[in-house]
Amino acid sequence: MAPALINANPVVYEKKERPARSRPGDAFSHHIRDIKDPEHPYSLEELKVITEDAIEVDDKRSYVRVTFTPTVEHCSMATVIGLCLRVKLMRSLPSRFKVDIKVAPGTHATEDAVNKQLNDKERVAAALENPNLVDMVDECLTPSYE
Amino acid sequence: MGDSTTINCVKHIETYVDSSSSKSPAQQDESLDAIAKLLMNDMITLESLVRELGMYLTTTDHIIRARGILLLAELLTRISSKPLETATIHSLIGFFAERLSDWRALRGALVGCLALMRRKGDISNTDASAVAQSFMQNLQVQSLGQHDRKLCFEILECLIDCYPDTVLTMGDDFVYVICEAIDGEKDPQCLLLTFHLVEILAQLYPDSSTSLASYAEDLFNILGSYFPIHFTHPKGEDDVKREELSRALMLAFASTPLFEPFAIPLLLEKLSSSLPSSKVESLKYLSHCTIKYGAKIMLQHFQPLWSSLKDAIFTSEQSDSNKILSEALVLLQNLIHQDNGEFVNLIIKDADVNMTLKSLSNYKIHDDIKHRLKTIVQILYVSTSSSIASCNAIFQSFFSELVNGLEKNSLSENPNFGYLYICGELLAACRNLVMKNDETFSINYNNETWCDILQRFCSSLTFSFVKSMKESNEDVYSQLGVKGLKILALFPGNFSPVSKSTFEDILGEFISIIILNFKNTSLWGCVLNALIEIGSFIEKSHDHEKMPSFDVIVVKKTVDLLSLDNLTMPFSLKVKLVSEIGMINLKYMMKIVEELNKAIVTSLQKSWSDGNSKSIEHAMILLECYDEKILPWFQNVKDSDDVAVNFALKIWDQIEDSTLVCDTLVEKKLLETTMNTMKHAVANCSEESQSKILDKAFNILSLTFQVNESNLVKPKDEWIISLFDSVIIALHPKTNIKNPKKILEFLMRSLINGHTSSAHALGSLFNKIELKEEIDIAFSHLTSFENDGFALGGLAWMGKGLLMRGHEKVKDVIKFFLNFLILDSQKDEELIRGVADSFGIMMSDSDVCLNKRLHAVIRPLYKQRLFSIVMPVLQSAIVKSESPITRSMLHRALAHVISNTPLTAVLGEAKKIIPLMLDGLTILSEDVQNRDIVYNLLLVLSGILTDKKGQEAIVENAYIIIRCLNKLVVYTHMMLVRETAIQCLTAMSDMPYSRVYPFRQEVVQTLSKALDDPKRSVRQEAVKCRQAWASISSRSLHI
Repeated sequence: MAPALINANPVVYEKKERPARSRPGDAFSHHIRDIKDPEHPYSLEELKVITEDAIEVDDKRSYVRVTFTPTVEHCSMATVIGLCLRVKLMRSLPSRFKVDIKVAPGTHATEDAVNKQLNDKERVAAALENPNLVDMVDECLTPSYE
Repeated sequence: MGDSTTINCVKHIETYVDSSSSKSPAQQDESLDAIAKLLMNDMITLESLVRELGMYLTTTDHIIRARGILLLAELLTRISSKPLETATIHSLIGFFAERLSDWRALRGALVGCLALMRRKGDISNTDASAVAQSFMQNLQVQSLGQHDRKLCFEILECLIDCYPDTVLTMGDDFVYVICEAIDGEKDPQCLLLTFHLVEILAQLYPDSSTSLASYAEDLFNILGSYFPIHFTHPKGEDDVKREELSRALMLAFASTPLFEPFAIPLLLEKLSSSLPSSKVESLKYLSHCTIKYGAKIMLQHFQPLWSSLKDAIFTSEQSDSNKILSEALVLLQNLIHQDNGEFVNLIIKDADVNMTLKSLSNYKIHDDIKHRLKTIVQILYVSTSSSIASCNAIFQSFFSELVNGLEKNSLSENPNFGYLYICGELLAACRNLVMKNDETFSINYNNETWCDILQRFCSSLTFSFVKSMKESNEDVYSQLGVKGLKILALFPGNFSPVSKSTFEDILGEFISIIILNFKNTSLWGCVLNALIEIGSFIEKSHDHEKMPSFDVIVVKKTVDLLSLDNLTMPFSLKVKLVSEIGMINLKYMMKIVEELNKAIVTSLQKSWSDGNSKSIEHAMILLECYDEKILPWFQNVKDSDDVAVNFALKIWDQIEDSTLVCDTLVEKKLLETTMNTMKHAVANCSEESQSKILDKAFNILSLTFQVNESNLVKPKDEWIISLFDSVIIALHPKTNIKNPKKILEFLMRSLINGHTSSAHALGSLFNKIELKEEIDIAFSHLTSFENDGFALGGLAWMGKGLLMRGHEKVKDVIKFFLNFLILDSQKDEELIRGVADSFGIMMSDSDVCLNKRLHAVIRPLYKQRLFSIVMPVLQSAIVKSESPITRSMLHRALAHVISNTPLTAVLGEAKKIIPLMLDGLTILSEDVQNRDIVYNLLLVLSGILTDKKGQEAIVENAYIIIRCLNKLVVYTHMMLVRETAIQCLTAMSDMPYSRVYPFRQEVVQTLSKALDDPKRSVRQEAVKCRQAWASISSRSLHI
């Protein structure tokens, strides 16, 4: 039997329109909004794990901060979602950017641990050595729309 | 019968009957065919065959007996076209009928019965009756397999179709058997048959006193349970479509009025269901039943029908693709069409309808067209246009009130939307009614009530519409006004309620809007369309009463507009108006062309004499209109040659008489426009007219040049030469040219003097006309100026003309160019580049000359021909060349050739070409001037990449391709090159894993630069591409 889902019945929200933008920073939300949730066939945007406001971009100082909100407090997928975000941004952004990924304050039981794990270079690199994890990440990143 | 035949036959019989698995079905079929052939050719008789079969037909082994009987039955099916003796048939059918009781060998008996029964006329009624009796006694249809059931239904169908008398004598029993047989059927193919069975059965018993009456309820209970047809498994394995089944069931439902007491309540019940598909189905069935049952029977259901219909219409959503609504309106129309007044009365007395009409003045907000109002209007529209009686009734009850309301409200600022809308729609409905009947026979409507009413209110209606058209500030109101007026004007001429004076008033109002109100573009366009529609309608219906009014009021006024200068109306609008009106019919068009010619002449003269920018603009608008609208329109009209001829000759007359002084940049544009129009006008002429124009042009040309041999730069001369070139470019290949040598001389001279259009003319001349020595003369003449860019350009166009024609001399031209490129590295770089570009001229399609519209001679595959001639030479020359300039120029020429050749031809040579192309891309990308060529070449590469045939060559050269693309990803001079290069890289990631994986690191690194590209679309492509390449690695886990 497959293991039980952590959040079996998430609330699904509508997708926002995609306006054509000119500022380079806004393009970032286009990169990560379509990442698929590891558990459900919905995008992170549809589950409101990521919203447009939660992304902070500074093109001049080459800095990006993403704050995401797990669907439930004890979500063990939070690290996987974070990893997906990091990999996607690594692939989509020029190397000059520094990327910070954080769980929104007060939305996860082990907030600090997750944050530390996600922003530790060595740990991320180690995670990406794990073929199972890379597979899972790649599945989430497969473009769902064209 | 010869012994060999018998042995042969027996062998085939044994093959077929053999039930062991040693013989394949195909083999058995073959032997069946073989025996059938013997029978057809009279090699054996049926009697002898039966004797041969003997034991097989009567043995106690069930399996062999079944095969034997089936063999005989299948044979009878196959020889159905062969006449048989009555006695034979009698005994055979007796046998098969009796065998129906043998359930173990039933298949054969069924097939045999069916095959024999279908020989209508050969079977006596007693035989048919025997089959039927045996069928009724022995068969329990629903306990059989699918195919057997199907055969049973076919037998029943055949009985009813071919032996109705026999069936009638059997009476109740037969109907009972059918009820029993079809009860509970589930297979779609069988259902199709059962529905049809019921339908033809009902046709057999037309009156209500017969045995069908007593079974009608039972039969309908069986049928009714299938409604609405719905497949639980949407993709059934057999090919019976839902629509087909639904249609068969509908025909069965409507087959007899006896079903009415059961069918209508069922359909009404299903109509009230919430399922949209069942609503649509019910409406469709009800429509059909209404037609079949007749109004008398339906009368008792009118009340419930109307209320459910109203429900369905009101609750359905308003949109064009709404099936429920459209079906409901069809049903409404059928109901009204069938009866005489009852149903319309229901509508007229309906509380909802009346309420809405009474509260019309509440509908003030136009932009939210109330759903309710629209629905009511739709109902009224359908009811009005259904029949004359209903139209009368509706006009009597509503119309006067509506018009009064409209009038009362039109005193206020904005007329009332509801009244305006509903009056317009009602008018449209009765026009629809008139037109519908007008096509079949003409009725005199003038005595009908509705005509009286309409006549009475016509003037006040017109007044209100005009008022809302003119005075309202809102588009919706004014357009409703235009629509109403248009419909009034569109009634046929013999229709008296709308009098001729009203018609003329309406046209007058329209024209005043056209002349004065051009600033409101939407209204202006709307009115123009209305005028065109009215004009076309008059033209189509040959309305002799209204035609003169239209001529005077619309056509004459618009034509006059052209020559009036003092109006504020923009000239382009005037020209548009005139040309659109002209397209209504030939008569108007001729009048307008005359006027346009005059206008062109005056504006050309003015712009020549004083260079007035306004006249130049006018002339350009007129010429463009001629080119884009008038000339194409005349192409579809027979014998309209003179229009184009006259135009061309007139321009030549003008140029002959004029004294041209100005020479400005704006005028250059005017010259271009005139040339274009001249080309297309000449191209539209016949051969004789073309030679006439050519003669005239040539005379003028030679006269001018006799007078001033020395000085060639006068503006008038330039006009004459350019227009002369245009005439030559547009000539037909068969046109007679009197003095080609002189023309050639002129062209050469003006070419050397720097007229590019003369180069086009030269190419066209060689392309179309068979010249022998002249080609050599021209070739040697042009090649003698080898340091002159114009001469080389002329040579390129000449080469193109010859190439398209497929002339041998083109090889000399190409050889000259190639030698020029390979040998002369000392020359001016510009000149060499020009020569390289001449390959582009030869290969690409041109708008200016040498195309289909200008009658070029085009041999198929000429591009491939040049490709195969030039490729090997260029290839070896590139390898040998040492100077970088020569090399880059050779690549430039090659890029022109490759990018213009059809992709399929390039694919054939892909292996050889790809290394060359990549070399070319690298070299060409160093110079900014080459960026378009680089882009074109890259597009060819991406074409090869995405084509299956090119894959092999790509895989072979994967590394150099990726290396080259990596460089182009950062190409600074053109965004499209970067974007395409990245797309190519994305496509490369689909190549076999083992080939591309080694380059992954390199590509991903290059792409990281592209991620920071200043252009957004490049960045997006880069992200996609990087994702594709990055995830190559994880794919390895699945392999």
